[in-house]
Amino acid sequence: MIAAPVSIEAAPPPAVNARLRELLAGVPDPEIPVLSVLDLGVVRHLRERADGTIEVGVSPTYSGCPATRIIKADIVQALERDGFRAVAVDVLSPPWTSDWISEEGRRKLASFGIAPPAETVASARRLLQPDLAIACPRCNSTSTRKLSEFGSTPCKALYRCESCLEPFDYFKCI
Amino acid sequence: MTPHCRYVLRLADTSLILAQRLGEWIGHAPAIEEDLGLANVSLDLLGQARMLLSYAAELEGRGRSEDDLAYLREESEFLNATLVEQPNGDFGQTIVRQFLIDAWQLELYEWLQESKDPRLAEIAAKAVKETRYHLRYSAGWLVRLGDGTEVSHARVQDALERLWPFTGELFAADAVDHEVAQAGIGPAPESLLPGWSARIGAVLSGSRLAVPPTTPFGWHGKRGQHSEHLGHVLAEMQSLHRAHPGAIW
Repeated sequence: MIAAPVSIEAAPPPAVNARLRELLAGVPDPEIPVLSVLDLGVVRHLRERADGTIEVGVSPTYSGCPATRIIKADIVQALERDGFRAVAVDVLSPPWTSDWISEEGRRKLASFGIAPPAETVASARRLLQPDLAIACPRCNSTSTRKLSEFGSTPCKALYRCESCLEPFDYFKCI
Repeated sequence: MTPHCRYVLRLADTSLILAQRLGEWIGHAPAIEEDLGLANVSLDLLGQARMLLSYAAELEGRGRSEDDLAYLREESEFLNATLVEQPNGDFGQTIVRQFLIDAWQLELYEWLQESKDPRLAEIAAKAVKETRYHLRYSAGWLVRLGDGTEVSHARVQDALERLWPFTGELFAADAVDHEVAQAGIGPAPESLLPGWSARIGAVLSGSRLAVPPTTPFGWHGKRGQHSEHLGHVLAEMQSLHRAHPGAIW
């Protein structure tokens, strides 16, 4: 895991920043509600504009992910409920990677029954190689089989455990 | 419209029309896993198309939006590669079409990551990661079908021969390509051919499939001259928006 590169240019004062992060920690991903937007690593900057509006930079996980719009709306709503004026903007570059999911996020994913990304995306070419063994989030067996490259959301693949026979989602490395 | 804008529109339309084609499978794929797979690839392509269409609209500078470009242009104004508008056929034919275009998009986006156009480079850096998964999916199925039963082998070999002539357009440069290549914005199309051929060849030989002979090509979708199929795709894609202007979900 590596931390998402978060820009600190025009960052709000530390006390405000801490409060904002507290609020963001309470904003769940709409499709994987066990993860907050901070766990997911999609928050890229917090800026205070000249007029006092808080600008939150948000990266999409996948280009077509329909949750991105909801995430931005939820972030603005959470901040405004606490009295901030807020706006969420897109940050495309550098592109989001599953490497930015926090350690805590990985633990939460596993406890939620979703196998976290098995490795970092140091070499994306690795993707065109044979699969690594993915451990079942329920029984930890590595005797698992990929059923489908794509699962219920763009970010997940569908697997089945050959030991406990349960199907499970795997959060893909990207 | 500048060559730069036309070029971005070509990329956008190729992703958009392919996304629409794949969307036709939803509810009809041979198994629910493939229904999800094709829908997810479609969704990625649609996301890429939206970023590219928005950018093309900005470059055009006439105040049009991504939706205006998607829903309110006529057939001859679409600049997608002719390959992507070809009908889905059976699952095998859809996989062959996808495989041929995935391998091309991978070569293309790898190049575009280094484009002198920073916006295009940014979009490509995002898209390239998704495209690797698309190729993994389509190549995986091509091996299973090509190296599968006699029937599956015959069907995908047949699809390969039917679709192969459309690949020539991907690597044939015209005035727009020359302009963008000169400016360092896009690759010279023919420069992508060796990498594409190597990727394709490796998978085809592992699938017991024969590379069809190169044929002279006569397709110019990227100049707005389409096969008879695009009109039908657009009729379905645009009808709701045209009947209910401004409708949103």
